[in-house]
Amino acid sequence: MTITIEYYLILSAFMFFVGVAGVLIRRNAIVVFMSIELMLNSANLTLVAFSSYLGNSIGQLFVFFVMTVAAAEAAVGLAIIIAIFRNKLTVNIDEINILKW
Amino acid sequence: MTLDVILFFVFGIVAAVTAVIMITRSNAVISALFLVLNFAALAGLYLTLNAQFIAVTQIIVYAGAIMVLFLFVLMLLRPENEKKFLELNPKIKIFAMVIAFVVFAQLAYIIFFAKPSQNISKDLAKSVEAGTIESIGRELFTNYVVPFEAAGFLLLAATIGALVLAKKKFD
Repeated sequence: MTITIEYYLILSAFMFFVGVAGVLIRRNAIVVFMSIELMLNSANLTLVAFSSYLGNSIGQLFVFFVMTVAAAEAAVGLAIIIAIFRNKLTVNIDEINILKW
Repeated sequence: MTLDVILFFVFGIVAAVTAVIMITRSNAVISALFLVLNFAALAGLYLTLNAQFIAVTQIIVYAGAIMVLFLFVLMLLRPENEKKFLELNPKIKIFAMVIAFVVFAQLAYIIFFAKPSQNISKDLAKSVEAGTIESIGRELFTNYVVPFEAAGFLLLAATIGALVLAKKKFD
């Protein structure tokens, strides 16, 4: 038995599925952010798997860029959550509805 | 059972189980800690794929920096436990699970029937060579130097933006 690339792709698809479910189900804004990180990581796993199986380092280069964007997104997103918490005293996304019409 | 098969299944099962635990705990701190474990398992998977540089970066950047940021913010804010999983709006949540599962089923169907590994056979020497910091750095500073600078600028903008957003008064 050898590990073919499908194993990594299925695992990555499963992690993406869990991340989508987390974004849709959870009501805590920080946990929603963490689910988004999970989805980004599942995409990273796909990129690294293809990069390794094709012997091409550009996939891992893109993982590097994804990590950069994820760090920027986490910093700005958490700052926004802190600003919202200061005004509304909650991070429950059901109660943050001032932009909802 | 060779070593790489065993390693893949150990790390893969840890990654899958911790992901599920992460989205089902009502305490956000426990979710964050399981996400750290998930990132560590992913770093192990990257090592089984011969991606040494990405594995180390995963530990330093994700498990080290980003998750510490998440935990700091979690502890700054008032801890409030969410309701148990199906206590509030059970219909919407079950609908969300079904939607997410349909996404997974579609992806799995495509992966099984497209069979990407038919055309791909792993060349071990090339795979090891692709994962070294030397080849990644060479690409990064020659062909991809403009995206690299753009990423640096993005980080600068995010730092300033986070400072401005989290400040108490805009003046």
